[in-house]
Amino acid sequence: MATKQLYQTRPLECWGKAKAIREQYYRDYATAHERGGLRWAGGAWTFGAIPAGLGDDVWSITSEPYAASIAANKDFSMRCLEATERAGYARDLCSYMRNYWGSVILDEYLWGGEFPKPDFIWQDHICCSHAKWYQVVSDLEGGIPSFCIDVSVGPYETVNERKIDYLVGQMHDGIEWLEKVTGRKYDDEKLIQAVYNECRATAVWADVCTLNKAIPAPLEEKTMYSLYVLGTLMKHSKQVADFYEELRDEVRDRVADRIGAIPNEQCRLMSDTQPPWGFLSLFRYLEKYGAVSVGSLYTFGLIGVWEVKPDGTWGPRTTPQELGIEITDRDQALRILADWNLSKPEWQHFYSPHLKTDMMVRIAREWSLNGVMLHYNRGCEGLSLGIAENRLGLIEAGFPVMTFEGNMGDEREFDLTKTMARVDAFMETLGFKKEG
Amino acid sequence: MITAGIDMGSKTVKVVIIRDGEIIGKAKTLAGFEAGGAAEQAFAQALDEAGIAIDDVEAIVATGAGRKNAPYSTRDITEVGGDARGVIRLFPSARTVLDVGAEEGRAIRCTEDGKVLDFALNEKCAAGAGAFTESMSRALEVPVEELGPMSLKSTKSIPMNAQCAVFAESEVVTLVHLKTPKPDIARAVHDAIASRIVSLARKVGYEPDVVLIGGVAHNPGFVDSLERALECKVIIPENPEFIGAYGAALAAAEA
Repeated sequence: MATKQLYQTRPLECWGKAKAIREQYYRDYATAHERGGLRWAGGAWTFGAIPAGLGDDVWSITSEPYAASIAANKDFSMRCLEATERAGYARDLCSYMRNYWGSVILDEYLWGGEFPKPDFIWQDHICCSHAKWYQVVSDLEGGIPSFCIDVSVGPYETVNERKIDYLVGQMHDGIEWLEKVTGRKYDDEKLIQAVYNECRATAVWADVCTLNKAIPAPLEEKTMYSLYVLGTLMKHSKQVADFYEELRDEVRDRVADRIGAIPNEQCRLMSDTQPPWGFLSLFRYLEKYGAVSVGSLYTFGLIGVWEVKPDGTWGPRTTPQELGIEITDRDQALRILADWNLSKPEWQHFYSPHLKTDMMVRIAREWSLNGVMLHYNRGCEGLSLGIAENRLGLIEAGFPVMTFEGNMGDEREFDLTKTMARVDAFMETLGFKKEG
Repeated sequence: MITAGIDMGSKTVKVVIIRDGEIIGKAKTLAGFEAGGAAEQAFAQALDEAGIAIDDVEAIVATGAGRKNAPYSTRDITEVGGDARGVIRLFPSARTVLDVGAEEGRAIRCTEDGKVLDFALNEKCAAGAGAFTESMSRALEVPVEELGPMSLKSTKSIPMNAQCAVFAESEVVTLVHLKTPKPDIARAVHDAIASRIVSLARKVGYEPDVVLIGGVAHNPGFVDSLERALECKVIIPENPEFIGAYGAALAAAEA
């Protein structure tokens, strides 16, 4: 039986550009020294706009997306995980961290050659693993100067000037530290531009996700993973902000033309937390039922920055430039950067699963979902903490939930066949039949 | 209307033939490596029992882990759907179905018309399924069919904490070396399986009546452990391992 053609569909025109930006990012990092530049390492959550003030020839490698890329390469991932375990690290630690450490221990870079040692580490502490991750990297690499910013000031609804001061004080210290370890003079104008870029990029990504409220959804989550990742690499860059605007314009056209991500959309789902990266075919399997995962709090809220609009719905947060705010000095730039990041949805649920449930129920309602597929992700304590409570909250709000256990970065803890069987049962209970 | 359901389980294949909702033939064979052939054999036996020919069967639906490889069927449904249909037809007051088969345990919460509200399945480990009792009976050198009656002789609760069948087996070996009486170990094994199943039941929010189906429902030791853990009696149909196939046969009679 052929798949029903309910909607027109077509590939994204900017898809190739997204892939090229990502490839270039990893090559730029590896070859930075050849061009007299600097390399730094840090998490995707870190305040990347700040090292941008060191110059245009400063390149980063963000740890989680790099580790996710490793996870998608099962042979290399297994060698990395085994190398980490041989070195004495426990198997139940963050699987991103274990993949990343393995790449360092093996001294192999996923994009070829030796692992490019960073000149400095610029990190923030969002969870237990992030706090220790780069301490180990520094040790493994023979001592790399590291600076970490503590962001544990509570959820955004409780943020006040004193809490912003706490972060901004650390940021000022960090800039002095950056000048000291690199020997470079810091350029505040480059910082200001990076902050503008970051606010623009993350608001526009939220706008892209908002467009997925449309039926049919113009994007499905497997594709969104390849798009949101650019924000996790360099959310402060003009290149990414410009690309997201180009993407947003194309997605707007898709909505206007009723171009669907899949031709047979009849069931709308969302997922949660990082997926098992080596098994994204799971999302293609959904399509056999005409089911489309329209995103998740993870894909929407790790990079996207949101606000509640006057009509009560979620939409992109209004940027400082849209508000007519002109950033004139370092302190103002840092204050805006701190406030902007603390309002990020993915930051909130570190403090309470109820905050996360509220956001998930909002998505389920506003994006017109039929059900939710929760990944009990053994590879990430931070994002999986409280997920069972989220399930209860979603059920209470009237949304059917399917759970599956797995691991974002360790294929030994995921069973694709069983998970697909679980999808079969879930779809049957929702009343959807497989096609083709 | 005569219809049939084939449950292609991981260890056994069950076939049920019904006429207007009443079972007129049923059979069970070991699945083995040639589950398709085993299903054909079971189907032939069920036809014999019913006293009809295959052409008399108007619709056939498959269920179970190997349902895609079932012979004769034109449609398939999941185990969750089959179980819910079968149980609700037999016990309209049932709201929770617990199915403990060879390789999988599942809990299903459903409405009076058989609609599934929620379900939970055991994860990758078999510690909450029948295969676990088989491996434990080997470790204890006791025939599996004697494990249940033996455990009823024990009044002592020994906790088995391992959440993995392999680690649980090593706990049993330790208990054997400690000269723990076999009935106490047998009860500990059943308590461990029951705790996994009750965990699934809690996940879906179980409410009475609770119906237990699947081959492990024949094990009185497990039933005792389960009822103690649930703090309620469970209803067990006459042929608990055939309920999934029965539900599939009912599904075949729908539209």
